Amino acid sequence: MISTVRRRPRRWRFEARNRPEVLFPLALYLLFTLIPFYWMLVFAFRPTGSNAILPTDLTLDHFRTVWTGLGFGIFFRNSLLVGVATLLVVSVFALSGGYALARYNFGGRKVFLLALLCTQFIPGAMMLIPLFEIFRQLHLVNNLWALVIAETTFQLPLSLILMSGFIRNIPIDLEEAAWVDGCSRFRGFLAIVLPLLRPALVAVGSFAFIGSWNNFLFALMFMSNQSKFTIPVGLSYTLGEFDVDFGALAAGGVVAAVPVVLVFAVVQRYLVTGLSAGAVKG
Amino acid sequence: MSLAVARPEPGSRARRANRPNRALGRSGFRGGAQSGHSRRRTPYILIAPAAALMSVFLVYPIASVLYYSLQRYNVTQPWDDGFVGLDNFRQLLFHDPLFWSSLGFTAKWVGVEVGLQLVFGLGLALLVNETFIARGFARALVFSPWAVSGVLTTGIWVLLYNPTTGIFRYLADAGIGHQGTAVLAEPGMVFPAVVITELWRGVPFFAILLLADLQSISGELYDAASVDGAGRFQRFRYITLPHLRDVIVLATLLRAVWEFNNVDLLYTLTGGGPAQQTMTLPLYVAQKAVDAHDFGYGSALTVIAFVILLFFSILYLRVSKFGKEAE
Repeated sequence: MISTVRRRPRRWRFEARNRPEVLFPLALYLLFTLIPFYWMLVFAFRPTGSNAILPTDLTLDHFRTVWTGLGFGIFFRNSLLVGVATLLVVSVFALSGGYALARYNFGGRKVFLLALLCTQFIPGAMMLIPLFEIFRQLHLVNNLWALVIAETTFQLPLSLILMSGFIRNIPIDLEEAAWVDGCSRFRGFLAIVLPLLRPALVAVGSFAFIGSWNNFLFALMFMSNQSKFTIPVGLSYTLGEFDVDFGALAAGGVVAAVPVVLVFAVVQRYLVTGLSAGAVKG
Repeated sequence: MSLAVARPEPGSRARRANRPNRALGRSGFRGGAQSGHSRRRTPYILIAPAAALMSVFLVYPIASVLYYSLQRYNVTQPWDDGFVGLDNFRQLLFHDPLFWSSLGFTAKWVGVEVGLQLVFGLGLALLVNETFIARGFARALVFSPWAVSGVLTTGIWVLLYNPTTGIFRYLADAGIGHQGTAVLAEPGMVFPAVVITELWRGVPFFAILLLADLQSISGELYDAASVDGAGRFQRFRYITLPHLRDVIVLATLLRAVWEFNNVDLLYTLTGGGPAQQTMTLPLYVAQKAVDAHDFGYGSALTVIAFVILLFFSILYLRVSKFGKEAE
């Protein structure tokens, strides 16, 4: 039942090495994926006025402009704070709620699960107005906590579904053995379940971080003070200039991309398996 | 470590929903240290933070949108505020051509995007499910745009599309197309341009979801089919496609909702232009909220968008008979 990697039949593996009918379309698609990234890197590192498509004369000037001149240093810090706070809150709430959904049969469980699924249909753009009103009454406009709260609320449903799927896949016998040995439910969870959930936490935490790092509309609506801008808002202002400085735009793009690319590199191994473990199956 | 990411046994997805949850079924033997009373309370305490957050910041706002939609409420014109009944709805249904054109564009946008993403996503998932050299690395590369934000996607493609130093200039130098083509400003080219941009970011989502499900198909099924003389296409038609059915339905629906709600990209890439040609309904809402601060009218638009989403989601699930074969 707990099959980690399905072994392919051996004779497939022999024909597997060089297969033009797979590699050719894949290479085409890779071009489509990678050329835009490459374009951004070229613009970010080449001096203003240069038209070279190949990396010949590299400069960090655009990064200096963006980081100190346009305030991306501050935006980066804001985005990072919101992202990490969202990650922590989502992970803790998803662990506790996911455990309840996976291991207890309580009245209202079905309704709660249904509500979680329904939230996937709620558009963020539609919540701008009412959330703005709420945050205004809470005096949280221009306060980064507003973003953490809004992000957490929107990330939590999917994280809960994912996490309960992960927890359900851990055999309960393991926990029962701990209880027999005199562990409380909580200690059993800490000692047995939590270590096994490390990949799940990586996946859920990364989703939360990436989602929060990428969110644009909430920050645009709730933060009007430039010292509270996040990276996407900063980037949108670079875009909105009448005469766009392409070098600065590209450098800002690289700054925006680096953290998610790093997180993605870590998480992408778990992405596919994680989704098959829980989310897709509802 | 492998335990937590373990897949359910192949082909169990349809049955899984109805299978009694083993962990839940054995309610007789729970952590011994707890009294019966606290045991009943525990799950509620555990979900309380999530439930509280969702009620205050999701459920309450939805209710308040309904309330605001019946008000004239513009932050920049507070002297006009007050209850106006259905005036906002009357205005948008009968006197706002932009509402209707945005609705039309939303339908076109969602249909084209989701359709193309499904086709390319399925193709990509099938490709990277095959065995070939450096497969893990190739997967990481083709999936990577998934993690890129809408605004960053805009930034990247603005660089690529710009008429003076963009890719079309180099293509024109090589004899393909014309110099100085500004695809985002030309009415005839803006739609394909934004569609391709969103495809770049959207296809990996489908590919990831479909690949996750492809991997749960037992290899023995294909072997048996091959023994019976089924060709590549027949194996796809009679094994792969039926297996993927539920995920395709779910992914299409989720993606349709997300593309419907996709504001970041269009807001920054075209701002609804040129000439409001690429204005979707949620983009219209966002502009009313962020730029015009017309919360009353924006809320009325929101209510309409909710109703449309809900209607089509239910319709889609009915028509596709999602999960029905499991019963």
